[in-house]
Parts: sequence; structure tokens; C-alpha cells
Amino acid sequence: MELYYYPAHQLHQMLVKKEIKAEEICLSVLNRVSQVEDKIKAFITLTHEQALAQAKKVDEKIARKEKISPLAGIPIAIKDNICTEGLRTTCASHILENFIPPYNATVINLLNQADAVIIGKTNLDEFAMGSSTENSAFFTTANPWDLARVPGGSSGGSAAAVAAGETILALGSDTGGSIRQPAAFCGVLGLKPTYGLVSRFGLVAFASSLDQIGPFARNAEDLAWLLNVISGHDPLDSTSRVEAPPDYTGFLVDHVRGLRIGVPREYMLEGIDVQVKQVINQALAKLTALGATAEEVSLPHSKYALPTYYLIAPAEASSNLARYDGVRYGFRAGNAVDMIDMFKKTRSQGFGEEVKRRIMLGTYALSAGYYDAYYLKALKVRTLIKQDFEKAFSSFDVLVSPVTPTPAFKKGEKTGDPLQMYMSDICTLAINLAGIPGIAIPAGFINGLPVGMQLLGKPFSEGILLQVAHIFEQNTDFHLKKPDLK
Amino acid sequence: MVPEYETVIGLEVHVELKTNSKIFCNSTTAFGGEPNTHVCPVCLGLPGVLPVVNRKALEYTIRTALALNCEIAGFSKFDRKNYYYPDMPKNYQISQYDLPFAQKGHLNIELNGNIRRIGITRVHLEEDTGKLVHPATITTSPYSLVDYNRAGVPLMEIVSEPDLRSPEEARAYLEKLKAIISYLDVSDCKMEEGSLRCDANVSVRLQGKEEYGTKTEIKNMNSFKSLQRALAYEVERQIEVLGNGGRVIQETRAWDEGKGITLSMRSKEEAHDYRYFPEPDLVPLVIDRQWVEEIRASLPELPDARKTRYQRDYGLSAYDAARLAAELELAEFFEACVKCYPQPKMVSNWINGELSRLLNLHNININACPLTPPQLGALLELIEKGTISGKIAKTVFEEMFNKGKDPAQIIQEKGLIQISDEDALIKIVNEVITQNQKVVDDYRAGKDRALAFLVGQVMKVTRGKANPELVNRLLKEKMQ
Amino acid sequence: MDTMTTKETKKQVITTSQVEHVALLARLELNEAEKDIYVNQLNNILAYMQMLNELNTENVTPTAHVLPLYNVFRQDEVGRHMPVEKVLANAPEKEEQFFKVPRIV
Repeated sequence: MELYYYPAHQLHQMLVKKEIKAEEICLSVLNRVSQVEDKIKAFITLTHEQALAQAKKVDEKIARKEKISPLAGIPIAIKDNICTEGLRTTCASHILENFIPPYNATVINLLNQADAVIIGKTNLDEFAMGSSTENSAFFTTANPWDLARVPGGSSGGSAAAVAAGETILALGSDTGGSIRQPAAFCGVLGLKPTYGLVSRFGLVAFASSLDQIGPFARNAEDLAWLLNVISGHDPLDSTSRVEAPPDYTGFLVDHVRGLRIGVPREYMLEGIDVQVKQVINQALAKLTALGATAEEVSLPHSKYALPTYYLIAPAEASSNLARYDGVRYGFRAGNAVDMIDMFKKTRSQGFGEEVKRRIMLGTYALSAGYYDAYYLKALKVRTLIKQDFEKAFSSFDVLVSPVTPTPAFKKGEKTGDPLQMYMSDICTLAINLAGIPGIAIPAGFINGLPVGMQLLGKPFSEGILLQVAHIFEQNTDFHLKKPDLK
Repeated sequence: MVPEYETVIGLEVHVELKTNSKIFCNSTTAFGGEPNTHVCPVCLGLPGVLPVVNRKALEYTIRTALALNCEIAGFSKFDRKNYYYPDMPKNYQISQYDLPFAQKGHLNIELNGNIRRIGITRVHLEEDTGKLVHPATITTSPYSLVDYNRAGVPLMEIVSEPDLRSPEEARAYLEKLKAIISYLDVSDCKMEEGSLRCDANVSVRLQGKEEYGTKTEIKNMNSFKSLQRALAYEVERQIEVLGNGGRVIQETRAWDEGKGITLSMRSKEEAHDYRYFPEPDLVPLVIDRQWVEEIRASLPELPDARKTRYQRDYGLSAYDAARLAAELELAEFFEACVKCYPQPKMVSNWINGELSRLLNLHNININACPLTPPQLGALLELIEKGTISGKIAKTVFEEMFNKGKDPAQIIQEKGLIQISDEDALIKIVNEVITQNQKVVDDYRAGKDRALAFLVGQVMKVTRGKANPELVNRLLKEKMQ
Repeated sequence: MDTMTTKETKKQVITTSQVEHVALLARLELNEAEKDIYVNQLNNILAYMQMLNELNTENVTPTAHVLPLYNVFRQDEVGRHMPVEKVLANAPEKEEQFFKVPRIV
């Protein structure tokens, strides 16, 4: 196996034992990128030179016999809505096409302190609004398992890059499923942390009360390692939890005895592909065989998650995206007669269709006379959805569901009808509304396409989710399968 | 009969708090500074940044609200006020909507001896905007320039009830508010630098009517004087509109200081729809009662209390006490002078008289003039001892005011010591009597005014240095 | 989960003039064709949102924040400022040390 498909924790051991150099890992990954990127198109910006320089720095540290941190020298790809100082951050939007942040997101500072090697910025749906990367203003990323299909979204570039061996690890962001859905479509692991576990400072906001940065990896241990680095209190983020997170690698034990699994009935209804349900049931059988118990549970307000989400998220987005006006940074339209004309032209030409649609929807939901009927109503239903989970978690340790109703769909298949596109997130939206953690792990295949299983836990129970993911992959080999990209 | 109208005014006052750093980031709040040098990614509204509340800004707001007799909220939050303007980095302002930090307060104003209680609707906290610079006027400039130094400075908004019944009351309210805030030491309160800003809602209604008339909002008043002038103009304008059978249009009007009129600020923009919603980047605030009580306990003596104390302890008139107490620096100067020269009435007369006259003339604050309390005390002592006359003292005082010199030194340099030597004065008195025989006859015939003229003549010869009491006595003696 | 029946809902929730008003509030410029598309799509989406009215939420507290976090403050300390070149580096138009914008009115 080539280095680019090695797990991060294994590469670390090899570095420590001086069996390989960080530069070799980096070159292996960059080589892989040059071989497959034409097909995958996972990256908006690549950072060859800086990445190699960073890798060499790690090699020097090792040569000086300095202790290196677990992620030192490990290549990582960053979703292009996370600010990187001096490195273009576009959000896959024309409006930020040439934006170079003068500051780093907190997670980037943490990765730099850990000596991780950032190899590039990955494609996404514009401002993370979408489920396929088809809303990227630049290009659509391909699913490594079937190039005619989407990688999912919005963190499609990160998921595809991890799946295709174009990176070892990646960061994404998840507002309604944007990490878990592409992870499932691309057959990798993706974690949406509890709201408040990972700093949002430097994550270009889509919907502030829902957004979380999270890790992608090809196994649970790597996911835990990366989460160890990026989680923790950040005084720059008022919504960041103060309590220090545990060492997540400590949860990677070998049993699930006594684990109580709840299976939400509403996530296994007719909207879900029959084969997907089969995959989930087989996975559940595996977990119960390993000592867990599984029982059906009801989350009665599940069907309201989609309308609730599509009021709250666009409302917050309409305000968050108001700053893109052509004054301080980003694109500015020419030929404006005055200020308001410049604002309108800049925003109309700078934003893509889906972004404008959500801004319109959100503006309407907040506007005078409709606030109570739409936005406030949605905030109240959000309470009910959250309470459903609280109730379920009083009897269960984790909940298990599909991540998506179907495996990856074809490019262009859902672009005509926004509602149909929104429907592909029905299993993931409620989790952001409730603020709880969710992980997507490879659980099987349908016609050569990966299928993901979603594990949900109570707030700040990432450790248990990683434990279940770890045990599941110790007893299955879905996560080891690689797409054929010849 | 001409209908009688009643004026109804409410004020919205914005006060920049004098914290060291901005409300949501650690950029400095220092006034001035080269354009766009007091900014960071947060106050510049860059993609991805997040706000964190400056605790001091909240403390100052609570401090003010307590001084204004407000109820402090137990639970509060920030909201986003959404509208587009290029001086706003995010095109929304973090402000407070339905749960302000404080509500339901009041302050007392005193006008012509009548005390009136003016209600305070609410006190809340928000972020200031940047500043637009127009090469010409806003309407004639081909482009504008933006400086974000001020963006994110903590701004406290104090909204009054529509309890003010005249432009004079409005001015008295604003002066009182400024005095209180200065005492609290939470703002520089400089209208000329924009750290104290005031908008007014004005309407008129027929005397005795319950319901309010249509109001206009007046902006751009940059001094107490312009507030009073603008309101007086606007009230008259509205009465005239109504008198002519017209209707007042609800609109925003700008005060034009040069022309002395208010002008409609018609804009192409639609009616405002601020789309307030809870700020998701900031968590709610549960205001600790113990903290509030600590702040309450730390409140300084406020203008009303100080005024009462001056009346009680120093025997000052209500008018004099109020004038001194209205400005913290002046009041402190007064008290320091009294320490040097323990005759408060005399000190008060000089501060409210000559000192105030000169401060107004030069349009400066007491802290900007070099005069020190020991110097004023020394001057008053010299008068008391008869070293100089009251009249000469005014000349000496002006010199002290301008140069900060000790009175003794000025008197020395200019040879202003009072002539109290009888022998020296008798010679002059005799000369004056000889040269003004007709006036002396008038005096002897019972014309008292004649004496004043003769005293004046002696003063003229001595260039004002003669001890006036002594001259009086000597003249009288000589003319008997 | 409910499957959506977007074709059944013919009821107009949002009109063309409302779409125009919302576009102005959001500072977006729409041509006639776009207005039609938005009227159509927003109506479909909003019709779907009506589902929320099935729920009685009279006594439900709204959730604006999922975390039970309160009173997060920073101390009043001044930090480093950005050099002005960095502040203006991304400006579409600038003049001296200012951001330059078209005439206001």
C-alpha cells in the first residue's frame, strides 16, 4: 500500500521510528494528487511548496530528536470556508474568489501548533449551502467511487480527497449534514462534534447556531487524533464550551458490552432506500452480536426538522452573508451609479443561485410580519426536536440511523428542484438543530457505492461514538475498501 | 382664538463608553488615530470572525442604569439589527431589541425652580459604526471614504419617555444626563467628538389632547445649543404646518446649523425593516444580582446629591449650588478651592462669576485652563486682606486664568498693590478736591452721586490701586 | 419521514411584489425571469413550511442556542492592531488609508 493510504496514527509511528520522513509522506500525497486530481477535482487551492516546507520542518525536528506531536508531518486538507492566513479562502464563491484572510481560524492555529501539513483548500458548495458540491462557483467534485456521481456536500472536496488518497486527513464543516453526508457518499468517516466543542472562530459563518467544524479520516483512531487537536475551549468563540475535552484516543477500547442502542423509527421509514435500511440492519446485527442491545425508539418531531432547519439556517445566513457588499474585501461589481446600486449588483453577480435563494428565504422569514409565523415558530419547534433527543438519550447511549436516504446520486440529478436536494439531508438536519454529535462511518456498499451509518450521542459524548465506530471497524472491512481510480 | 399646542419631545441619547478596548474585540477605542489603524479582523467584520462581550462595557451600562434609577434585567441578550450601510462592517449592528439591560428609570430636571421627573424607557448596549468621510457634502460627493476606527466602540443608548414639554426641558434633560454620566466616569461625553450624540422625537398636539401627534425624528444636533434651537424650530414648523391645515409627515429630519432649519432626509431606501433576531454568536446574559449590588454600592455622589450638600454644608443658593454641581470638574475645582480658602460663598461667587465668564469666553473646560485652586484661594485672601481691591482682583484673575501665575507675582510685577497709606492718599485727595470744587459743592448740597465721582477721580490718579474704603473715608472727612 | 407533495400546493404564500421587497431588503437585483423563479420556488418551500402549523407551540420556549452557556465575557484589554496595509489589502477600491465607496445618494 502506498503511504497516501496509510492511517495517520501508523504514519506517526513510522516517523517516530525514523522509518520514513515527513517529506516522503507529503510527496506521496502530492504525487497522488497529481495523478487523480484531474478526475476528482477536490481542491480549489493546493499548497505544494508550503506543504513540503512544513514537512521538512518536521523532519528537522525529528533529526534534532525533538518530541513530535501526533499529527506532526501528517497531510491534511482544509475545507475552503476555514480562514487560512495568507492563503486564499474562497468559500467556493465568486464573491470571495480572491479573498486572502489576514488571520487564521483557531483550528488552523491548532493544526500549525501540532505541525500538521496543510496541503490545500477543498471544494464545497458555495458558502457550504448544498449537498453535492454542485453549488460551487468553480467546479463540481467527483465521487471517487463513481466519477459520474456527486461526492455529497457541502464538504464534498474534503470527503473525496480523503477517499481518493489525496490527503490523509481533512477538515470540513457541518451545518445540516455537510460532513456526515459526504463522508457517507465517499465511504470515509466524518464527525460532526457537539455544538461548542470545536471553535468556530475563522469558520466563515453559514448558520451560526448550527455550524461546527469537524474531522474526516479513514478510520476511527485517526478521527480521534484529529479531534484531540482541534477541540477545546477558545476564548475567541463565545459559544465554545469551557470544560476541557477528554483524550479521545482513550475511548478506542475493544468492547461494546452493555451499550444501549436506540434505532429511531422515523429514520427508517419509506423515504429511505430499502437497501440502505438493509445495510443499517446488518450493521446493527453486528453491533448486537458484539454485545450491544438495540431497540426501536421514537423521535416524534423528526418530520419537522426539515422545515425548521430551512427557516433557521437561511435566516441566520441572510444576516451572516450581508457583509459581502464589495466594500472591504471580495468582489465588487463595476458600473454602479451609487452605493445601493453597487451593493445590489455586487451581491447579485457575486452570489450563486442557491445562496441567493437562501438569502431570500431567510430575509423573508425574518421580515416584519412574518417573524413570529416562521422564524420564532421554527425556534420553538427546534425545542421540541431537541427534547425528542433528550428523551431518547435518557434510555439509550447512542442512536443509530442511515446518514442518507440513498447512496451518492448522479451529478445533475437533483439540481432542478431545491426541495428534492434538501430532502437528501433528512437524516442529518435534526442533529444540528439539537446540537448533538453525530458520526458517519462506512457500513456497507450498494452496487459498489458506499453506504454510511450514522451514530448519534448526547452532547459531548464524542468518545462513545468513536468507541462504537472503532469496534465496528475492528470487526468489518468496509472502511478499508478503496475506490478504483485507474 | 389661536389654538394652543403642547410640545412632546423624547430623546434618544447615544454615549460612547470609555472602555480601553472595543465592545466585542480588543482593538483600542482611542479617539482620533490615522484612518483604519484601530481595527482588527473582528471589528472589520472579516469572514469568520466572532464577537466576545467586553465585561467592562456591561458594567458601565449597569452603572449608568442604576444612576438613572432603572430596573436592571435579570436576563438579557444581544440581537442583530439588520440594515445595509457602508459604515457598518457586517451590515448588521449587534444591539439589543426586546431584552435591554435596563428599563423604567427616571431623572429629575430643574427649570425655573420647578423640578420635573423625566422617565427613562430603556438603557441598552450596542456597537458603534465606522465613519464616512465625504470629499464634499453627502449629496454632492462623487464618492465617499470609510474609516472603521470607530466601528465597535461600545455605545450605550438611553431612550427617554416622551415626557419633555419644551426645547428648554430637552436641553435641561440632556445637560443633566451628561452631568450624571460624567460623574459616573463612564464616558468622555464630548458632543464635539461624537462621544455624546442625541436624536429627538418631536410632535405637537392640541392642549388637553390625550393622543400624540405625528412625530418627526431630528438628527445632527451637535451641541446643547443646537439641540434647543433645532427643537424650537421644529416645534414652530409643525405648529405652522398644522395651523395651515396641513399634516405633519412622519420622517427623519436633519438640523442644518448654518441655515437654522430642519430638512427632510428623504432617501430612496424603503421603510426600515431591521429583521431583529437573537445574536447567535453571543450567549445570553444572566445578570448577577450581587454584581449589580456591588456596582450600586460603588456609585459616586451624583449631581443632585452634591447640589444638596452644597446648599446644606456651604449655605449656597440653590442656583449657585446647581451650577457648580452640573459639571463634575467644576464642582471638584470648587471643593479644592474651599479647602484652600474656607469661605464657600466667596469661592462660589468667583467660580460662577469671573471663572465661568472666562471659560465660556474661551470655550474651554476648567481642566484646560492653568489656574489652580491654591491660586484662586490666594487671590481671595489678598482681597480679604485689602492688598488689592476687588476691581484690581479681576484684572489679576484674568492674568492668572491665562498664564497660571500666582496672584502675588502678578501684583508684584505690575505694581498693583493697593495704596492703603493715609499720608500718600491725603495728598491726592486734596488735589482732587481742589480741582473739582463744583462737584464738592454738589456733594455738600446733598448730592451723594458726587462722592462716587470724586472716588473715581482718586482711582484714576492711582490707576485703581487706592484702597476704595480709605478713599471714601478721607474724602468725606475732608469735605465736612 | 414525509415525502413532499410540492405539486399539490397551489396556494400563493409570497407574491411578486413581496419577492421584490425582500430582494431590496437583501440587496439583490432580480430580473423578471428570476422573480418568477423565486416566486415559484419560495412558494413551494414556504408551502412545505406550513407543516409546522400542525404543532401547537404556544407554551414552548424557543431555542436560539443549544448550549446552556451564559455570561461569556472578555476582559477590557487592548490587543494588537492590524497594520493598515493588511487592513486594506483586500479592498476592492481604496484611497490613501480609506476604503472607497460610490456616492451614498
